[in-house]
Amino acid sequence: MSDRKDIELIAELVPPGSRVLDLGCGDGELLAHLAATRGCSGYGVEIADANVLACTQRGVNVIQLNLEDGLAMFEDKSFDVVLQLDTMQHLRNTERMLRETARVGRIGIVSFPNFAHWPNRLRVATGRMPVTKALPYEWYDTPNIRVGTYADFEVLARKDGLRILDAFGLQDGAVVRRWPNLMASVAVFKFERG
Amino acid sequence: MGSVGQVTPQAMSFAAPLELQSGASLRDYTLVYETYGTLNAAKDNAVLVCHALNASHHVAGTYANEPRSEGWWDNLVGPGKPLDTDRFFVIGVNNPGSCFGSTGPMSVDPATGRAWGADFPVVTVEDWVDAQARLMDRLGIGRLAAVIGGSLGGMQALSWSLRHPERLRLCVAVASAPNLSAQNIAFNEVARRAIVTDPDFHGGHFYAHGTLPRRGLRVARMIGHITYLSDDAMETKFGRRIQADGSLPVGVRNGELGYSTQEVEFEIESYLRHQGDKFSEYFDANTYLLITRALDYFDPAREHGGDLTRAFAAARCRFQVVSFTTDWRFSPARSREIVKALLDNRRDVSYAEIDAPHGHDAFLLDDARYHGVLRACFDRLAAEVSA
Repeated sequence: MSDRKDIELIAELVPPGSRVLDLGCGDGELLAHLAATRGCSGYGVEIADANVLACTQRGVNVIQLNLEDGLAMFEDKSFDVVLQLDTMQHLRNTERMLRETARVGRIGIVSFPNFAHWPNRLRVATGRMPVTKALPYEWYDTPNIRVGTYADFEVLARKDGLRILDAFGLQDGAVVRRWPNLMASVAVFKFERG
Repeated sequence: MGSVGQVTPQAMSFAAPLELQSGASLRDYTLVYETYGTLNAAKDNAVLVCHALNASHHVAGTYANEPRSEGWWDNLVGPGKPLDTDRFFVIGVNNPGSCFGSTGPMSVDPATGRAWGADFPVVTVEDWVDAQARLMDRLGIGRLAAVIGGSLGGMQALSWSLRHPERLRLCVAVASAPNLSAQNIAFNEVARRAIVTDPDFHGGHFYAHGTLPRRGLRVARMIGHITYLSDDAMETKFGRRIQADGSLPVGVRNGELGYSTQEVEFEIESYLRHQGDKFSEYFDANTYLLITRALDYFDPAREHGGDLTRAFAAARCRFQVVSFTTDWRFSPARSREIVKALLDNRRDVSYAEIDAPHGHDAFLLDDARYHGVLRACFDRLAAEVSA
């Protein structure tokens, strides 16, 4: 989620003044942006040393944790918004983290690479795994251990009792609302506990 | 990056009694301290460094004609270093009850004219913080830019944020804990028993007998050292290597077992004995008892029914918490308890869990990730004050 335009589009989903928890916050760019433009406060969670340092250099509050260990440190509904951007696909406990996101935040926002984007489908149809901007890895070195589609997430959300408040795709820095499962490389969902 | 160079300790005496947590009071006491860098006109660039069990006010620099006398946190504090003395006015204070210059068991009790010895009042982390706050008053420092400490020093930094919440902008607690676990108290108790049962201890009044409970101190220090190192660090540093015997020609004893139950066989034994010997020559036994007790007693949640979240409701400053993955004495889980209490109170907090191999001792060492985080933290602080 380093694309500047994508960050701005996601930031628009966050109500001004929100208390935000950003799971897998990277170098803290989004949190800094939310603080500067929308008066938000909060914390990032990161596992990588370099990102923890980058957040500290930016003045973004950051908690160094392994998300696979859960969110026991955070109380129920203690945040207005919990973000899980471009992070889900790296987690073994994807479903548990989704439930945790919905537990800790009033609103959850997730984004992840949409495996059903049409170039990926074409590539799989030719018998090979896709290598694209959103999925830039070879099958043998990808950190994405959970690859899903826009449509898959809708099914999982229903299963876990999440009410989808908004959903769209992102492609080339623009929102895709028409056939996002086919036309967008990134899926974005905003939800609350149903 | 440089050294603060040659430094000279200073002393400040206090006539007004310091009311202690125990109900006793300490009157006519002196605090020894050192400062590095320059206090700015706004007096808002001061950083207090709190020391742990066996350290002192001598945080950085060296003493005249003692080239090997670097302060205990010299790798962190100095010009261009993470805690940059070109920007900050850094203060190290020796806590009362210590044996490095401030009033302690070796000082003369004005009531009796003899050394306090075992009669020195029991002091707590809170007492130290109050004593440090008085020194800040005298130095004209209303609000510190930061208070930083590792281990027991981290506890003092945390205590500052609770007792004097408006008097600091930033609290940095490294390799610390919200209280000691039973295991930790157990280690302290073994160390204390080693000292107290040394026949040379004389109930703590050994000064009058012209003796020192060296044996007890040695054992106490050996136990401490084991807990400061990680299993891996000890394995790497010593493993099962056999100690070479300096009295024999090279090669005769090397690698051979001596089949002795009392002589040093393994390098780790030699190391621990050496550390114990060194320590027993310069550290005061009564101080060791007092400081380990201060560690045991620290528990800010206690007066809130054990609820650390309620304890930290008083805090106002920003926090940087740091732990080390291999520290089993003050484990990352204990630092996470602090972080959780701060999150519950919606305080500004950052937490770095450094994957360093050295155990508890890592807080004194120069690790790029650890010092990088502290540097970033102090850079940001410098931008907020006129440093």
